[in-house]
Amino acid sequence: MKKDEASCAGARVEKLVELRLSKDGSRRSFLKSALAAAVTGTVASGCDHPFVKDLLQKHYKELSDEDKKELFQRIEQRTHAWSGVRVKVSDPQPLDGVHWGYALNLNHCNGNRRCVEACARENNLPNDPEIRYIRVVEADNGSQHLEHGTVNYDREQVPEPGKYYLPVQCHQCRNPPCVKACPTKATWQEPDGIVVVDYDWCIGCRYCQAACPYHARRFNWTVPSIEPDRINPDQGYLSNRIRPVGVIEKCTFCLHRVRRGRYPACFEACPTGARKFGNLADPSSEVRQIIASKRVWILKEDLGTDPRFFYFYA
Amino acid sequence: MVRFAVYVLRMIACAARGSRQYYLWLGTLLVFVAMGGVSYAHHLSDGLIVTNMTDHVSWGIGIANFVYFVGVAAGAAVLVVPAYAYHREDVKEIVLLGELLAVVAVLMCLLFIITDIGQPLKLWHLMPGIGKINLPSSLLAWDVVVFNGYLFLNLHIPGYLLYRRYLGEKPRPIAYLPFVFVSMIWAVTIHTVTAFLLAGLGSRHFWNTPILAPRFLISAGASAPALLILLFTAIRRYTKLDVKDSVFEYFKYVLRITMPINLFLLGCEVFHEFYTGALHSASAYYLYFGLHGHSMLTSFIWTAIAFNVTATAIFLLPKLRNNQKILFAGCGLTIVGIWIEKGMGLIFPGFIPNPLGEIVEYTPNAGEIIVSLGIVALGAFLFTIMAKVTIAIQTGELRLEQPVPTLQDDSTEAAGG
Repeated sequence: MKKDEASCAGARVEKLVELRLSKDGSRRSFLKSALAAAVTGTVASGCDHPFVKDLLQKHYKELSDEDKKELFQRIEQRTHAWSGVRVKVSDPQPLDGVHWGYALNLNHCNGNRRCVEACARENNLPNDPEIRYIRVVEADNGSQHLEHGTVNYDREQVPEPGKYYLPVQCHQCRNPPCVKACPTKATWQEPDGIVVVDYDWCIGCRYCQAACPYHARRFNWTVPSIEPDRINPDQGYLSNRIRPVGVIEKCTFCLHRVRRGRYPACFEACPTGARKFGNLADPSSEVRQIIASKRVWILKEDLGTDPRFFYFYA
Repeated sequence: MVRFAVYVLRMIACAARGSRQYYLWLGTLLVFVAMGGVSYAHHLSDGLIVTNMTDHVSWGIGIANFVYFVGVAAGAAVLVVPAYAYHREDVKEIVLLGELLAVVAVLMCLLFIITDIGQPLKLWHLMPGIGKINLPSSLLAWDVVVFNGYLFLNLHIPGYLLYRRYLGEKPRPIAYLPFVFVSMIWAVTIHTVTAFLLAGLGSRHFWNTPILAPRFLISAGASAPALLILLFTAIRRYTKLDVKDSVFEYFKYVLRITMPINLFLLGCEVFHEFYTGALHSASAYYLYFGLHGHSMLTSFIWTAIAFNVTATAIFLLPKLRNNQKILFAGCGLTIVGIWIEKGMGLIFPGFIPNPLGEIVEYTPNAGEIIVSLGIVALGAFLFTIMAKVTIAIQTGELRLEQPVPTLQDDSTEAAGG
């Protein structure tokens, strides 16, 4: 059960008031002790108050196992308090000898955007205002001029003749400009290559957003609103947990899934088989085979970001 | 210790007393500060969603103003260098006010950042030791370092000199001169780091240009003297501080150099963007001519260019610049022109189109403008009271031997002011 510290202190004072009023204690001494109780109550509960705890919370990398347990519980309780949904927050660790990589077959992608919706469901992305990690650009065949394309296409049927579709999400760059930009080390690259954000350490300056060449980062301009029946209870602390207001979030290749041997949600949702996902460190993996044998390219290679997200034609 | 406490109290008393005009001015400023505060409370309670910023244009008028006022802060060097390096006596008499202007400008810059970030209470994450400041790789982290350093330097130097003056003692050079020379270089670094912060982003071609830092420094060297001409004209009119004509001649001289160079550098940028004609120039096309039917900023940038060209002509032609009214107009045009060019003409188009080619435009809404106005008003408020105290100490009205001024003394001073 959640112990509401503030109301505890309140109850203490209330009890004291009752006690005093029932006796014929002098008014002054009553006030004195009431005040004393209020002050000590505030100070004692002050450090335990969720607001103060949030404010003074340490960086993820400095949390002990004990801290993590307490913190994850706090997040679970908070979600339960407003939504009634019991969620489980965890932080699955990167696997040894694994570098996640994505390959996407542009010949197969038909712009149906199932990946976009599955991603939103999986990652607890709000609808209003809408946050989506994957943007699918519809562009004219024969041109990579993105300005002439659009992400706001609305068609009865896809693909539209003469168009091709370019889904873009975080490329988990080996040389991530966003990580370099962050003034507080709130975003970093994990040993398995996934770039994560400590949502509780981010100060919301949005410099990483300016630095990202793939438009992969999203800001919580307001408290994210998500219907309780849409909440995914399997939540990673560094991935899909419900974010606070005023911080940055991004695609993490569904690290809470992939580190437990499952595929990312976008991969599973794709009906065309355009998406391929696997371990870049393993020469026999499908992504490595594709890189070795297909016509593979990366987006904005000239910027030297060295992405782990590859496009190919096959 | 007691002596210093009395000094502080007397400074406060000095700042709190003044003529009706003085109160009216401060009161007006406070109204704007309060309005800004209320508007910012909305940002805090509802999130930055109440602004017009989006994931596409994720920095708005706040950051634009930040960049402009970094220039004002750095511009204090226009006074510091001739006063201390070239021992110009006329400039030395007013250099403290220039340093205090830098203090105020830096404070405003910090406020522009604080009001712009999503989690202002977590700013302590930036503190070395307690937080996790990302040095040396983040330019924003460097900005935090150089800003606080510059703030310290510009508080220490005038603070020390004024206290000595108050005591009637000669300042010891070792206690301030090293800081003065550091501050000259530091003025360059604050604007350079701010330029690097933008120029270092490979994804934003519009900012990713090596001449951004020189452009920033030169435009600072133009907007600061323009502001200083107006400021010292007001100070000369409303206070007892004697600002020599030669100081104004010096400002005009600086403007004759910086304004044409500023235009030249802008021209270099424009050539680079348009002659090459690469897709990387999309933001420049958007800014100057509009892109795919979107042209929210074109009228602003052409206004800025017209203002800056006109002002340059005014400063270059003796007949015009020596006519005070026309000179003031030139200063006004410079301030507005550079504010547009450096703020909204630089920050907003950097985000348009976004890295995936989407064009989402941005103009600040009333709430954002009011927050910015509030910060500017707070800056003006602080500068006014600091300038009043500084002038009182410099003119010898506020000094140790003197008995605490009675109300009468003060009202005569105010009436004289």
